[in-house]
Amino acid sequence: MLDFPRWKIWTICLSLALGVLLAIPSLMPESTAARIGLGGMPRINLGLDLSGGSHLLLEADTADVARQRIALMEEQVRTELNRGNPRIAIGDISTQNGRLSFFVRQPAQVDGAVERLRTLTQPVGVTGDRDWNVAVVDSTRIVVTPTESGLANAVNSAMEVATEVVRKRIDELGTREPTIIRQGAERIVVQVPGLQDPAALKALLGKTAKLEFKLVDVTADPAEVAQGRAPAGSQVLPYPTGTGGVIAVQRRAIINGDQLTDAKQGYDQQTNEPVVIITFNSEGGRRFARVTQENAGKPFAIILDNSVISAPNINEPILGGSARISGSFTVASANELAIALRSGKLPVALKVIEERTVGPQLGADSIRAGAIASIIAAVAVMVFMLLTYGRFGFYSDLAVTINIFVILGVMALLNATLTLPGIAGFVLTIGTAVDANVLINERIREERRRGRGVAQAVELGYKEASRTIFEANVTHAIAGLIMLVLGSGPVKGFAVVLLLGIATSVFTAVVFTRMMVAIWLRRNRPSEIHI
Amino acid sequence: MRLLKLVPDNTNIGFVRLRHWAFGLTALLTVLACAAVGVKGLNMGVDFVGGLMIEAKFPKPAELDKVRGTVDRLGVGEGSLQQFGDPNTVSIRLPLPASNDEGATNAVVKKVQTAIAAENPGVTFPRYDTVSGKVSGELIQTGVLAVMLAVIGIAIFSWLRYEWQFGVSTFVAIMHDVLMTLGFFAITQLEFDLNIVAAVLTIVGYSINDKMVIDDRIRENMRKYRQMDMRGLIDLSVNETLPRTVMTSVTVMLALAALLIWGGHVLRGFTSAMMLGIVVGTYSSIYVSSSLLISLGLKPQAMDKTAKKAPGKMSGAERVGPKN
Repeated sequence: MLDFPRWKIWTICLSLALGVLLAIPSLMPESTAARIGLGGMPRINLGLDLSGGSHLLLEADTADVARQRIALMEEQVRTELNRGNPRIAIGDISTQNGRLSFFVRQPAQVDGAVERLRTLTQPVGVTGDRDWNVAVVDSTRIVVTPTESGLANAVNSAMEVATEVVRKRIDELGTREPTIIRQGAERIVVQVPGLQDPAALKALLGKTAKLEFKLVDVTADPAEVAQGRAPAGSQVLPYPTGTGGVIAVQRRAIINGDQLTDAKQGYDQQTNEPVVIITFNSEGGRRFARVTQENAGKPFAIILDNSVISAPNINEPILGGSARISGSFTVASANELAIALRSGKLPVALKVIEERTVGPQLGADSIRAGAIASIIAAVAVMVFMLLTYGRFGFYSDLAVTINIFVILGVMALLNATLTLPGIAGFVLTIGTAVDANVLINERIREERRRGRGVAQAVELGYKEASRTIFEANVTHAIAGLIMLVLGSGPVKGFAVVLLLGIATSVFTAVVFTRMMVAIWLRRNRPSEIHI
Repeated sequence: MRLLKLVPDNTNIGFVRLRHWAFGLTALLTVLACAAVGVKGLNMGVDFVGGLMIEAKFPKPAELDKVRGTVDRLGVGEGSLQQFGDPNTVSIRLPLPASNDEGATNAVVKKVQTAIAAENPGVTFPRYDTVSGKVSGELIQTGVLAVMLAVIGIAIFSWLRYEWQFGVSTFVAIMHDVLMTLGFFAITQLEFDLNIVAAVLTIVGYSINDKMVIDDRIRENMRKYRQMDMRGLIDLSVNETLPRTVMTSVTVMLALAALLIWGGHVLRGFTSAMMLGIVVGTYSSIYVSSSLLISLGLKPQAMDKTAKKAPGKMSGAERVGPKN
C-alpha cells in the first residue's frame, strides 16, 4: 500500500494532466482558444438542444423505389424482347401486385424469352440470389417478381445517392457544420446547428427535383383532358401548379434533369421577375436545339416532380444550351429550385418523420443553467465530503475536480456530443463519483473501529472496497451500455456521459486518492487519522 | 475539528424484524402505483404518441385559458396545454395534421405561432418538436425494451456473481423502483418523454449500485460468520453499509437538488423523477431486496457450495486477516 513506485506516480499524474489539458479548449470560446494557439485542439460538440438548430429524421419511401424499379423493368423487358433477334411478341403486360406479368404470343418462344430475361437480372450479395425472379406460369405467361434482397439492394444504393444529394443541398444552403448520417436501412438523420428557418430546409429536402421538358399535346381535346383523359402517348398533369387545372403533355420527355450542368437563380430581363437559369451539357443542348427547331411556335411544358411549372411557347429555336424557367417565383423559391436542380434528383422521395427545433436562445439558457447547476452541485458535494471525512474528504474533492475535467477532456478527444441530458448525466456523475470514496472511507473507519493500525486500516479499506466498487460499477455500466445501444437522441447523450463518468471516476476515486493517501502516510507516518 | 457523522457508530437497527410491515407497505404502494398508471395513465409526450409540441415563452405568466381559446379557434385539432417549468412557459401539444405533407405540419406550427404572437406581444417560441406516429411507436418499443433489458441483464449479472436468490431479490426490487416511478408520473401527470426513460434507466443503475454494495457485504459476512442466523447477518450487513448508503444518497441528492433548482426548466421532470428514484431505490435496497433474501431461503452455507463450484471466481473475494 505504502510503496507507490515513482513510475506509477508519474504515469497517473501525466495521464490525469493530459485529460485536464484536453478539457481546456472546450471551456473557452472558440475564438479565445484559437488566439492562444489551441484552435486545433479537439473540442466537445454541443448538441442541438444546447447550440440551437434543427434535427430532422428523413425516411425514404421504399414503396416508391419498388414502383420505380418495376416501371424500369417493364421498359427493359419491352426493349429486350422487341429489339432482340428474333423479336418476341408479348402482350397483356401488367404491373399489378408489385410484379411484372405478361404473356408470350408464340408458345414456342417462351423458353427463349425467359433466357433473354435472365440476362436482365443481376446477382445480389454473396448468397447467390438474383434481384429478380423470372417464372413461367400457365405455360405462356411470364411473371417477373422482385426479390427481397434485390429490393433491399436497390433501396440501399438509392439511399447512398440520396444521402449525397441531401448533403449537397444542405451545403448549398450555406449552413455551418451540418451532420448528415444514414441511419438504418432507409433513414437519414440531418442535424443543422443554428438554423433560423427549418421550414426552408424541409421544403428543399422534400423536393425530388425530377426535372423534365415535354411537348404540350396540342391535339388533345380540352374537355377530355379536364376529365383526366389524354390521347395515347400523352398524360395529364396539373397546371398551373396548385390550382386544380390540368394540361396534357406527351409522355416522352424531350430532355430531363440528368443533362443539366448548372442551375442558378437570375432575373427575367423584361419583367424583372426571378427566374431559374439552367444550362445543359452538350448532348442535352443539341437535343434541345433540335426539338425547339422542329416545334417552333408550339408550347412545351417544364415539369418538376410531375407537376407543370410553366408551359411557354417556343418563340425561336433555343440553341445556346441554356434555358430559363419562369413561373411566379419569389427570389427565395427560385433559389431553392436552383439548388435542388444543381444538387441533382433524389432517387427516392424522402419524408420528414421527426423534427426537433430549438431556438438559439433556449440553447444558450440551457448551457448557462447547466453550468451553474454543475458548479453548485460540485461545490455542495465537495463541502459535504470535506466536513465528513476531513483530509480523506479533501483527497476525494481533488479527485472529483480532476474527474470533472477528465470527463470533459475525454469527451473532447472522442469528439462526443454534449446534450442537455448529458449535462444532467454530468451532474449526476458528480454526485455518484464520490460513492467510491465514501465506500473506501467508511471501510477505513470500520477497520479503525475494529482496532487496526492506521496503515493496515487504510490498506484494508482500499482493498475490500475495491471489489465492491467494481461490482457496483459494472452493473451500473450495464444500464449505461443498454442506453447507449438502444437509446436515441437524448438518451444516448446521457449514456455517453454516464459511461465516461463511471470509467473516469473509478480511476480518479480509487487510484488517484490511493496515491495521495500513500504519499501522505509515507511522509508523515501518523499514528492517528481523523476520518 | 470534529467530523460529521450522519450515522452514529454501532448503529443497530432491526430492519429484518420490520420486514413483514415493510413488505405490506411496499405491496400496497406498488399496487397503488400500478392502479394510478392504469386509471390515470401516463401523460405521454410527443416522443411516444406522435404529434407536435410547441413551446411558448410569454413575457409574463401565461393565461392558459386565453391561449387555449386562441389555439382552439384555429381548427387545427384538439390542443393540450401545460405550464412547463415556470409560469411563463407553456407547452402546446397538437395532433399532426392528417395529410402527410411536410408543408402541412409547418403550416400548423406557423399558424399557431402567428395567432399566439398576435395576441401576446413579446412571446417567443424557443423550440418545437414534431414526431410522426411511426417514429413514436418505435421510440416506445425501444424505451420499454431498454428498461426491460437493463433490469434482466442486471438480475442475471447478480445471479451469476452471487446466488439465484440475489438475482430474484434484485429483480423484484428494481421492478418495484420502476413501477413506483411510473406511478409518480401517473399521479403528477408530468410529461413522460424520452428523457424520462433515461431517468428511469439511471434509477435502475443507481438502485442496483446500492444493492450491489449491500449484497456484496452480505456475501462477505456469510463467509465470515458461517454459523450466524440469516436475520442477524442481514441486519448486520445492512447496518454496516448504512453510513455509506446514507452518505451517497445525500451527495446524489445534493447534486440533483442543484439540477432541479438551477438546471433549467427542460430538465425539471427528469430531475424530479431521479430524486424520487433515489429515495425509492434506497428504500428498496434496505427493505425489499435484502429482506427478501430471507423469504427466499438463503442460507449462509450456500456460499460454501459456490466456492467449491468455482473456486477461481471467488478466490479474489476471500477475506484475509484475522477473524474477529
